[in-house]
Amino acid sequence: MPERKIRVMVAKPGLDGHDRGARVLARYFRDAGFEVVYTGCHQTPEQIASAAIQEDVDLVGLSCLSGAHRALFPKVVQLLREKGASDITVIGGGIIPEQDFPMLYEAGIKAIFTPGASLDSIVEWIKTNIKPH
Amino acid sequence: MYFSDKTRKASLRLTEEWEKDVQTSLKDNPEQKTRFSTVSDMEIKRLYTPEDIHGINFEKDVGVPGKFPYLRGNQATGYRGRYWTFRMFSGMGSAQDTNRRWHMLLREGQTGLSTAFDFPTLMGYDSDSPKALGEVGKCGVAIDTLEDFLALVEGIPLDEVTTSMTINPPATVLWAMYCAAAQIKGVPLAKIGGTIQNDMLKEFIAQKTFMCPPEPSVKLISDTVEFGAEHVPRWNTISISGYHIREAGSTAVQELAFTLRDGIEYVEDVIRRKKLPVDDFAARLSFFFNSHIDFFEEICKMRAARRMWAKIMRNRFGAKNPRSLWLRFHTQTAGCSLTAQQPYNNVVRTTIEALAAILGGTQSLHTNSLDEVLCLPSEHAVEIALRTQQILAEETGVANTIDPLAGSYFIESLTNEMEEKAWEYIEKIDAMGGMVAAIEKGFPQMEIADAAYKFQHQLEAGEKIMVGVNKYVTDNQHTIPLVEIEERIGEEQIKRLKDIRRKRDSRAVKKSLDDIRNTCKKGDNVMPYCIEAVRNLATLQEICDVYREVYGEYKDPGLF
Repeated sequence: MPERKIRVMVAKPGLDGHDRGARVLARYFRDAGFEVVYTGCHQTPEQIASAAIQEDVDLVGLSCLSGAHRALFPKVVQLLREKGASDITVIGGGIIPEQDFPMLYEAGIKAIFTPGASLDSIVEWIKTNIKPH
Repeated sequence: MYFSDKTRKASLRLTEEWEKDVQTSLKDNPEQKTRFSTVSDMEIKRLYTPEDIHGINFEKDVGVPGKFPYLRGNQATGYRGRYWTFRMFSGMGSAQDTNRRWHMLLREGQTGLSTAFDFPTLMGYDSDSPKALGEVGKCGVAIDTLEDFLALVEGIPLDEVTTSMTINPPATVLWAMYCAAAQIKGVPLAKIGGTIQNDMLKEFIAQKTFMCPPEPSVKLISDTVEFGAEHVPRWNTISISGYHIREAGSTAVQELAFTLRDGIEYVEDVIRRKKLPVDDFAARLSFFFNSHIDFFEEICKMRAARRMWAKIMRNRFGAKNPRSLWLRFHTQTAGCSLTAQQPYNNVVRTTIEALAAILGGTQSLHTNSLDEVLCLPSEHAVEIALRTQQILAEETGVANTIDPLAGSYFIESLTNEMEEKAWEYIEKIDAMGGMVAAIEKGFPQMEIADAAYKFQHQLEAGEKIMVGVNKYVTDNQHTIPLVEIEERIGEEQIKRLKDIRRKRDSRAVKKSLDDIRNTCKKGDNVMPYCIEAVRNLATLQEICDVYREVYGEYKDPGLF
């Protein structure tokens, strides 16, 4: 049986519509050979967690540029855990000040990518850390 | 432009000689790149000569400022009569916090106000909505009711200062609050001036702040245009915006074309309603462009925009009033050109972009603060950004003469080329049945996505450079202080909102919401009822919920 592809969900929690980065990444992930689901903007953490489970993804990449990441990112991780899907890895990106990294890692976000991170570095991180389940 | 036969002959002969020199030189010293292009990837030639602009008809295509085709500016005296408006986009935390920043900016020489609202306000949610979690006051000021709005404009002379409000889906509500605030302060509506962004088409295309589907969204916009023409004649009821299209990753030509095509769609809708002839409202349409980092491309885009809009209004809509032909625009320097790395370099980028906007003839300008890529601007950073404009205006002499680059072989040639490419897009969208139809097909969205993806690839490949990101990268960290919006601001805002809900006359609120609902169902103009509702302290979300109920909600199709 061929190895299952890595399934990635790119998600935009909260109300901000800055989706340039998310959409570029979604396309780059697809070109890198991942299976990609993109949620579109304005998703609640509940919608993201449910969709991630339904789509059976290996990884959720959250993008937020509004400053609401401190409330929204941990909420997604918490909901996945509550729904028994703690095997889904959650990473995040956007305008995220370094001072917020510790609380996000603490909350279960596995990696954070900020402006200037190369697309390849994100793909590499995923290939190294994610084994399709 | 006309060159005598003697000049053309000389030009051709000299160009031929130069071409030979180039070939010789290239053998030993190849150029740094095989292809030179703008940030939008438009190829730029090694040299421009009289031949490149020989075909231009001076009278028809260039002319003088204040006369058709307005390539060189709307005003006969340019900036010599008056500078562009120094208008810094600002909003943070509570209405009181933002009001303090506004007074500081006015003290420091800002000449117009511009409001940034937080995301719940932009999307039509109150601060205590579950959707507002973590967002209250973060990216702008939180406004729930008229009481917040009155605190926002406390001490601001509404008959003297013009105010721009970057508000889109709930533009009717926030504008109603501005009108109500003026009434309460005893300022007649005929005396207030300003702009509501109120451009929903570019939201579906690029910025993604939406509430109802495209058609009812355009209906609400036309309501404001009609209400403004009758009651608030100094107000710009739409600011047709390319800024966000560009920030989403479009090319300069796409920004130009999609913006003007959006403008056409709005004019068509108002005309279709048969209440206002074109010359009764066209002069109140304004525009908003991005000034990106590629200096000449931006200048040419702005010049081309002016000429194209004059042609559109005259030829397509038969406008007669010269003011209907004017493309008046605000400019913001490009947020997406700034870097989180080595943030002080952003001052330099913003200066160049501001200069391009001035040479492109902007009527109003926001200069980004060096920290805007990381957080809301600090007081110190915003002061440097404002001073950048003041230095350009008062010290450098760039405003001494009008449209100083006109007649340049390169500038006129690139202006023409951008215009031609933009017309192609406009014709394509016409053929699709207009912009709403094109949006439903995902056409502009995907064109922009393609351009953004291409640029990112060029960046990764080192074909395009961002200093500090993919070249001249350093480990020396010069960190800057970050402005942080405290969580208590959201808590206090929610408390204020709950107090207002308790003390207001709930029967009056219910009645005014019913009035809006009935007006929406009948298809009449909502503006008078919105003013009544906000005066009764209906909240932003209560009014927007009526819109959502009657018109439905638009969901992001998530194209990539």
